Amino acid sequence: MELFTNQVLAGIATGAIYACMALAVVMIYQAIDHLNFAQGEMAMFSTFISWQLMQWGVSYWAAFLITLAFSFVAGIAIERILFKPLAKAPVLTNVAGFIALFAIINSSAGLIWDFTIKQYPTPFGSAPFLGSQLISTHQAGMIGVTVLLLLGLYFFFQYTRIGLAMRAAASVPESARLVGINTSWMIALGWGMATAIGSIAGMLIAPVVFLEPNMMGGVLIYGFAAAVLGGLSSPFGAVVGGFLVGIFENLAGTYIPGVGNELKLPIALALIISVLVVKPAGLFGRHIVKRV
Amino acid sequence: MSAAEEVVAEGHEAVEAVPKRAMTLGTGTSLVVLAALLIVPMFVKNFIIFQMTMLLIYGLAVLALNILTGGSGQFSLGQSAFYAVGAYVSAVLMEHANINYALTIPISAAVCFAFGYLFGKPALRLSGVYLALATFALATAMPQLLKLNFLEHWTGGVQGLVVTKPDAPFGLPMSQDMWLYYFTLIVTVAIYIFSVNLLRSRSGRAFMAIRDNEIAASSMGVNVALYKTLAFGVSAGITGVAGSLGAIAVQFVAPDSYTITLAISLFLGMVVGGVGWLPGSFVGAAFIIFVPNMAESISKGLSGAVFGVLLFLVIYLVPHGARQVAILGQQLVGKLRKN
Repeated sequence: MELFTNQVLAGIATGAIYACMALAVVMIYQAIDHLNFAQGEMAMFSTFISWQLMQWGVSYWAAFLITLAFSFVAGIAIERILFKPLAKAPVLTNVAGFIALFAIINSSAGLIWDFTIKQYPTPFGSAPFLGSQLISTHQAGMIGVTVLLLLGLYFFFQYTRIGLAMRAAASVPESARLVGINTSWMIALGWGMATAIGSIAGMLIAPVVFLEPNMMGGVLIYGFAAAVLGGLSSPFGAVVGGFLVGIFENLAGTYIPGVGNELKLPIALALIISVLVVKPAGLFGRHIVKRV
Repeated sequence: MSAAEEVVAEGHEAVEAVPKRAMTLGTGTSLVVLAALLIVPMFVKNFIIFQMTMLLIYGLAVLALNILTGGSGQFSLGQSAFYAVGAYVSAVLMEHANINYALTIPISAAVCFAFGYLFGKPALRLSGVYLALATFALATAMPQLLKLNFLEHWTGGVQGLVVTKPDAPFGLPMSQDMWLYYFTLIVTVAIYIFSVNLLRSRSGRAFMAIRDNEIAASSMGVNVALYKTLAFGVSAGITGVAGSLGAIAVQFVAPDSYTITLAISLFLGMVVGGVGWLPGSFVGAAFIIFVPNMAESISKGLSGAVFGVLLFLVIYLVPHGARQVAILGQQLVGKLRKN
């Protein structure tokens, strides 16, 4: 039983990483209706920017805020320059665009900062949290930040005019335009916010997985899986999905014989798919009613 | 209000409608292309012949994805798994059971068809991104499954298997590479004709009805579940053939040759060639074979970025892929004829 609780705790700790990433994935999915495959690389690039700032002697929190602002602006710029011209192109062409963006960012980061693994500082320290060996203060801090972020987003979307406008633009663009919402800029804003959230995720994850151009590969896959499991239309679902995926992954690694590190991912994905077969819109997702 | 709702409903169609006539080339053009494919290898080096063989093989794999996505509107990131199964079926049969390479191809087509059909069953409930995730899971699981211990006797584990390259039969005076090229060409042409006819048949129309509107298709009597799984099966079967040919051409199979990267390349090939346009599959295959090499030669350190930029250029200029170029060309020829 103790093994079980320990594994669940460890799962929650890794789950926090996935939850962060899943939140960013859902944000952008809400705004543009596509899954952004380059999201992880964008987060990685932002994290490198903050690392570079710290190398130049900027303090952690100043670097954090500058990176946040940079990511927000960069997200908007990417949307305006690269993806706005593709707005009328087929969905699959857009997906190809994301893959192209992925390749560009990954390879440029490799050229600028090379592929060696770098240490990344944490503002929370890495002592055991409340005497538990499994969760460090950093991981507890990460969970805290994720929850705060979720609350912030909830209030933003529920109680501010601009949040309402963004939701309207995402769900019924035509009607939103008729009541005077600039839907095109709402999409750009969505990109900006998603990139900023992604950068937070990146900066929180980097102390755990270490900083290098390919650091997001695995995390993004789990982030997607978490977002899909929780339901792509629900930020709350994304966070719950993130924690569940973390727990799934740890329990599968512990209790199913013959599962090494390599089979953890396929098993976690298989479990997620079994859940989806029963609940096709994810655990907390809205069912989309289709008209013929 | 209702207008807005209709817009929402339209927004959920992942793949745009392509009329079935627009999915193929005219007879004249096809014959010219075929003639070129027959003659060119006689005048080039072995390495280029090998690359042309790979072009046909990847073309087949992209074609298979095109039938699934462009034909029936289902999206798959798991094609690398079917490709791997095809490759391994051929390699294992050739090396362990000493079966002739040509005979392994129908066998691997059958195995992959069954595999795809069975995979399509649970995948029926999923669509869009959810289906993408499910197929993605298949693609990430496949290399790990091939490495499993109890299969190692057959698959050779991480090391993989070496496949013997076949000689030209009947004492034909040609190199192994050239024979393999012509062999691949024969298989490719056969499968291409099969695919074109499939999409023109009753089943093909059922696929397209499902792609354009599933609910409308089912209310008109199309057995949606049957045709969706059938599309998966056919696509997997063709991908399996491509995998078999690939294994014979490369003379080597190993789990790590069939990762998700392969599935993503095939997807890019489909987009560049034009979703739903079968001849475009081969244009797309050329893109995924040659452009990464080109990018590498432009800049070693930034090859990924160069590839990304080139890909962006292509999708900006022709968001509908090579099909768009073909349509433009056709219009141009039409105008010239009028003058």
